[in-house]
Amino acid sequence: MDFESTTEQNMIVDSVRRFVEEECYPHENEVERRGEVPAEVAEAIRAKSIEHGFYAANMPEELGGGGLDALTMTMVERELGRTSFALQMLVHRPSNILRACNDEQAERYLYPAIRGERIDCLAMTEPGAGSDLRGMATRAEADGDDWVINGTKHFISHADVADFTILFAATGEEEVQGRGKRKKITVFLVDHDTPGMQVRAGYNSVSHHGYHNSILEFDNCRVPATQVLGEVHRGFDLAGTWLSASRLTVGATCIGRARRAHEMAVEWAASRKQFGQSIGRFQGIGFKLADMATEIEAAEMLCLRAAWLHDQDRMTDSDAAKAKLYASEMLARVTDECIQIFGGMGLMDELPLERFWRDARIERIWDGTSEIQRHIISRDLLRPYGG
Amino acid sequence: MKVLVPVKRVVDAYVKVRVKSDGSGVETNNIKMSMNPFDEIAVEQAVRLREAGTATEVVAVTIGPQQAQEQLRTALAMGVDRAMHIEADAGVEPLAVAKILSAVCDQESPDLVLLGKQAIDDDSNQTGQMLAALRGWPQGTSISKLEPGDGTVTVTREVDGGLESLELPMPAIATVDLRLNEPRYPKLPNIMKAKKKPIEQSTTADLGVDITPRLKQVKVEEPPARAGGVKVSSVDELIDKLRNEAKVIQ
Repeated sequence: MDFESTTEQNMIVDSVRRFVEEECYPHENEVERRGEVPAEVAEAIRAKSIEHGFYAANMPEELGGGGLDALTMTMVERELGRTSFALQMLVHRPSNILRACNDEQAERYLYPAIRGERIDCLAMTEPGAGSDLRGMATRAEADGDDWVINGTKHFISHADVADFTILFAATGEEEVQGRGKRKKITVFLVDHDTPGMQVRAGYNSVSHHGYHNSILEFDNCRVPATQVLGEVHRGFDLAGTWLSASRLTVGATCIGRARRAHEMAVEWAASRKQFGQSIGRFQGIGFKLADMATEIEAAEMLCLRAAWLHDQDRMTDSDAAKAKLYASEMLARVTDECIQIFGGMGLMDELPLERFWRDARIERIWDGTSEIQRHIISRDLLRPYGG
Repeated sequence: MKVLVPVKRVVDAYVKVRVKSDGSGVETNNIKMSMNPFDEIAVEQAVRLREAGTATEVVAVTIGPQQAQEQLRTALAMGVDRAMHIEADAGVEPLAVAKILSAVCDQESPDLVLLGKQAIDDDSNQTGQMLAALRGWPQGTSISKLEPGDGTVTVTREVDGGLESLELPMPAIATVDLRLNEPRYPKLPNIMKAKKKPIEQSTTADLGVDITPRLKQVKVEEPPARAGGVKVSSVDELIDKLRNEAKVIQ
């Protein structure tokens, strides 16, 4: 067993770290205050990330991407996670599910997404279908050679800046033995200028200021059959094949942010003096730092191992769930304790800690809540026993 | 113009180093290692000369253990053409390094050797000067600007009270300071390409250089903790303290 990262991985990590520190850190406060990324800043970061090959680094080299495996990508995500989500998402990683494009679709969607010419967003969640995705009400009905889509999606990340949506919609029902009826799901590629589709501003979130969610409305939105991604009714299979690593992305970004908060806390605990000594010398503070360092490393090991398993085609849902669950809950504890170490100052917006703490909250919710992750893990444990 | 850039593997500049408890050195277990930051500036300058078409070839060389090849990969990813690894245990002294580099100069015949002014581990600030002496080549140390001319390079040095310009006929040695440039961070495709480039390997014995230590390291200890300052009540008292306590004026 070898835990050593490669020379290339170390270089990539160093390079991405410098990119994040030099191109993203300086804009964090303004993004936080304005609730959006100024257009010129967004353009500069996008351009620089394309120039440096960090953009679409998750896509295979032969398709024009960076060609990084899941393990290296997890390290990259960890470094990107150090900065505000609104800034790091400008280093866009097109959804892996686009690799299910056929040749003709690839020319229109996959390659332009990799080149940074078009931006994708992914729409699954609905007001009435969160954890229970199959309960989605958005439906597509065949009409001749076309599909007619009706319904509403919400919480759709960066749909406001995207050019097209990778849409999950119900296209029928099937009987599952002993479990009643369930919906059949199909994935569609829907351009944002398609008549009948509307992107509306979403809600203001306490987490990730400057990163916007949107509401998508489909009102008799008509798309030709050539817009079906993969096979009709096989949408969940596609998601299973291509989206399983996205939980590792959440885990990795949590680790990056936790590391940054922890580094600040260590420095503060070593320099802040009360009662005649640095506060880190008080066991109450020193032990917090020790526990956090241990938890951060544990979370990192879980994420890196799951990513490594993914590269071997051996990752289970449970592996990804454990990594995401532990990393996101670790981040909540770490940001909370870091604020405790800073005291009142930790809550002021002079320091980034208060926003790390706010931002941490969503990580236990999106891409599968902590409860869903625990469900996945426990189901995996009990099923062999028939439980 | 052919440029040779020696690079050294050192403890990363952002690591807070700890002295080993036995005083034999600093702790390097599980510590991030990087290219000496001044050497990185030298690599950047050489690569810029290459991109401007002034330099025709840039060769990076390192002397160190097997792991020092990591720093060569960084140099390759930044844009140097070739990389040479001369294997040696850690702790090669400045004079031995200068002798090895002189032997490399015999092989490679560079027009310009660009070095960091010092390595941030032992801060010796000797290698460039010793190499210049061994070669009998002109040198410009701690430069903040470099302009290539016709068979010469003009360098600017930051000295007390102003800037000093020197025109050096080539072949020449220049050691670089912090303000010369800001090194780039490598692009992902270049990192991938650097992985595939060969590294030429040799040993100090191949070059016929004796690296037997001539210096003895007695002890490594942390600098004393900074004591608090004192207020003086008059200029006379200040002068008295400077003369008799600090002994910095006569």
